[in-house]
Amino acid sequence: MANEAVFSIKGLTKVYRMGEVSVHALRGVDLDLYDGELVVFLGPSGSGKSTLLNIMGGLDTATEGHVSYRGKDLTRAGEAELTGYRRFHVGFVFQFYNLIPSLTAKENVAVVTEIASKPMRPEDALSIVGLGGRLDHFPAQLSGGEQQRVAIARAISKNPDVLLCDEPTGALDSETGIVVLEALERINRELHTTTAIITHNSDIAAMADRVVHLSNGQITEVATNSVKKPPREIHW
Amino acid sequence: MKGQVLAIVLIIVSGVSTYVMFLSTMDSLTLTRDAFYREYGFADAFVSLKRAPESIKKRIEEIPGVQAVETRVVAEVKLKVRDFGEPVTGRLVSLPERGEPRINRLYLRNGRLPDPSREDEAVVSEAFAEAHGLEPGDEAGAVINGRWRRLRIVGVALSPEFVMQVRPGALSPDYKRYAIVWMGRKAIATAYGMDGAFNDAVIEMTQGARAHELMARLDGLLARYGGLGSYLREDQLSHRFLNEEFKQLERSATIFPAIFIGVAAFLLNVVITRIVSTQRDQLAALKAFGYSNAAVGAHYVKMVMLIVAVGVIGGVLLGWWFGGKLAGIYMVFYRFPYLKMTLGPGVVISVALITGLSALAGAIFAVRRAAVLAPAEALRPEPPARYSRSLIERFSLGKALSQPTRMIIRSLERRPLKSLLSITGISMSCAILISGMFSGDSIDYLIDVQFKRSQKEDMSVTFIEPSSWKALYELQGMEGVRKSEPLRAVPVRLRNANSSYRTSIQGIDPSNTMQKLLDSSLEPVDIPPRGIVLTDYLGEMLGVRPGDMLTVEVLEGARPVALLPVAGLVKQYIGISGYMDIDSLNRLTGEGRAITGSLLAIDRERIGAIYKKMIDMPAVAGTAVRADEIKNFYDTQAEVLLFFTFIATLLASTIAFGVIYNSARIALSERNRELASLRVLGYTKAEISYIFLGELAVLTLASLPLGFVLGHSISAYIAGALSSDLYRVPLVIKTDTYAFAAAVVLASAVVSGLIVRYRLGRLDLVEALKARE
Repeated sequence: MANEAVFSIKGLTKVYRMGEVSVHALRGVDLDLYDGELVVFLGPSGSGKSTLLNIMGGLDTATEGHVSYRGKDLTRAGEAELTGYRRFHVGFVFQFYNLIPSLTAKENVAVVTEIASKPMRPEDALSIVGLGGRLDHFPAQLSGGEQQRVAIARAISKNPDVLLCDEPTGALDSETGIVVLEALERINRELHTTTAIITHNSDIAAMADRVVHLSNGQITEVATNSVKKPPREIHW
Repeated sequence: MKGQVLAIVLIIVSGVSTYVMFLSTMDSLTLTRDAFYREYGFADAFVSLKRAPESIKKRIEEIPGVQAVETRVVAEVKLKVRDFGEPVTGRLVSLPERGEPRINRLYLRNGRLPDPSREDEAVVSEAFAEAHGLEPGDEAGAVINGRWRRLRIVGVALSPEFVMQVRPGALSPDYKRYAIVWMGRKAIATAYGMDGAFNDAVIEMTQGARAHELMARLDGLLARYGGLGSYLREDQLSHRFLNEEFKQLERSATIFPAIFIGVAAFLLNVVITRIVSTQRDQLAALKAFGYSNAAVGAHYVKMVMLIVAVGVIGGVLLGWWFGGKLAGIYMVFYRFPYLKMTLGPGVVISVALITGLSALAGAIFAVRRAAVLAPAEALRPEPPARYSRSLIERFSLGKALSQPTRMIIRSLERRPLKSLLSITGISMSCAILISGMFSGDSIDYLIDVQFKRSQKEDMSVTFIEPSSWKALYELQGMEGVRKSEPLRAVPVRLRNANSSYRTSIQGIDPSNTMQKLLDSSLEPVDIPPRGIVLTDYLGEMLGVRPGDMLTVEVLEGARPVALLPVAGLVKQYIGISGYMDIDSLNRLTGEGRAITGSLLAIDRERIGAIYKKMIDMPAVAGTAVRADEIKNFYDTQAEVLLFFTFIATLLASTIAFGVIYNSARIALSERNRELASLRVLGYTKAEISYIFLGELAVLTLASLPLGFVLGHSISAYIAGALSSDLYRVPLVIKTDTYAFAAAVVLASAVVSGLIVRYRLGRLDLVEALKARE
């Protein structure tokens, strides 16, 4: 693990206005993420973990505080800058996959490789997640786990600097979930992509370099795993 | 949903208002006409003759089926109005000595009827009075039977006999140059040597009278008095013109509302189906709380009916208002004393039913689809839609396409029916524009053919009675006249088997340069020395072809009857008549080398002097200037045409906008998540706009050719339906019209695109990552 901070988060606060009610999703979060590390964010729903990830991914804006990515302040970036940031640096994986139903597995990956600056071949990305044989299947023809692995292939195919995964196993059964986690772990290990995984499933924390516990919009604990458990050994 | 509801309401409003506008105008005008005819005793049959003693009136009254007879003296008259330098022709109609006429009563707008003891009092038609600002108390000059008279106008009136005040042989009403003048019977009779005699009779028939038997007897009775053949209302000039106009309006009143209501119903159905399916989770939640399918369905039905009610009420009100405007335009040409605006309950009920049922069908279909799901299932997001590779990709290009382009093609191909319906909807708006505007192009063409290729004279002159060629040389010698050519018209009845038609035969001098007959490809043809040439439409009506024999009954002079070969058919868009070599025609009538008028080529600058001379020439019955006729025809058409173009443009763009905007909004709600996902993956707004608007662009562009074809077909149908012996409407659609239609559709597409594009810019990225749309 290198010492250079990829993300540097300082005093991050997010307040949502829901009608007449203000919801404090984040209350002053400070955190650094380092190059190549795999971090799991753990917390119950409403703890603010998704909000944190969304701001790190340039999908949402902060109310106060700063998030910088390799020295660049994301909280001050404009619309076009954030689009470029997502386009060239970030790989996303979501709970509900967000695949394009009208495109095949390969084409769903190509959606990203077509606009990236240093992409891998879509076939290669799909091979990494074990879907080399299902290139021409449409989402409707794939199982949930397979769809999620297509989403992972899509996320890694641009050779992103960071991989942000929001509940990647949330919609999957445990067996399928482990296959997905293995894919993520392998990418982190082989490509050294800084990876952040959000989950409310504490069992998954065992595969991380560091585990960040969130509760009520604040970091309650940051734990370092001296030994990382391979996903195959995780059960829930 | 606000925008979509508004778009639905707009579509309903335009569909309903068009429907109501046309039908209420149609109903109102028909009601007005029927009321005027009834209240003012419009005659059922008409006959003109040379001269019959008044005692014959009794004999006419004895014919079975005759309820009442009014005998009259009718004559052509030339008028001079104040500083209007052109000759005005008019029809002089006598009024009974005592009281009002029983048939064809006058509606006095102003003043009074003439005093029978005064020979100089006259009532003039309202249209003419308006055109010259004449009022009771004013004076006008008249040449009555060759003698100058000063007339005092005592009244301004309207008559059911002259609702369309058109000079015989003219294309359109010309209120400045054609007048109806009513005077006391004695005054006219004295001037025309008709004391104790009449030359015109109008007849009211009993209920259930046998018209044709009556006419046969009448014609038999009047034959020895120079009867010109009786005819019924349907052949009366004003009534015929009115009928043709009504027929035209009726066509529009059928076609346009059908299209509008059809498109509106379709859109309504699509949009409502979509709105209900986007709310399937709410529907499921209601069911989970224990609401029955029927209760849930009733909720949506109520919502839909509310939208429909707002649209229908708005549409009826707007249509009623438009109807008043349209009827007002027609009232300028149709000289009714009043307008009885009406809106039949049938119109409102039918339009409400059509609209309501199509909306209801959409709602029920959608609710059913959502209601059959178990609540738990409905609460889950819809599974990914099934797609497959598109045909286009399978054939070729596959590799070259970018993913966004693939998305466009596949989305269009996945639901071909939906794409096709959208295309049909958009193309309808294009077709409506074309069919609402093509008549302008057709008129241009018709005028070009009639007045530039066929009738090339500057002015035509008609004489009071057949004259010798000397009159021609007199005209030729007139200052400002460059050339004069003979004109001979003979009233005839043409007969073949069971068909017959009253018209005139024009005698043409082979050396004529100003009047040309045209063949079917509009090339000039010479008049054959023998036989008769017919307008193609007349040939069809009579069922004769070149080479067939045709019976010609001359309706003047010695009234000879002859069997003539049809020598050919000629193309003509305005009016119908027969043509013969002038000498051959004169041999037929046995009147020597007679002419009834002349075609002139003149110096336009000298026209004032020519008019002055013509007014003073007793032999000249009237003049017609080609340029005036053309202008007049355009003026008559222009306002109606402009109104139609305006309405068509307004409604077509509403429909185009409605279809495109709704397709876009529906597509946006269906693909909201997909497009937001692409934004998350780093696609720019412009890139996702391409995917989204590209689909709209493909739909819009694909609909244009279809719209052109549909517009052409509808126009052809209208043109065919409007053809009559008065005129034929050639199907001519200029490139400009296509271009305008396309431009309106494209502009509507761009506007809807921009509105949706604005919404695209505000996609909630975070929301899209959650399961629900």
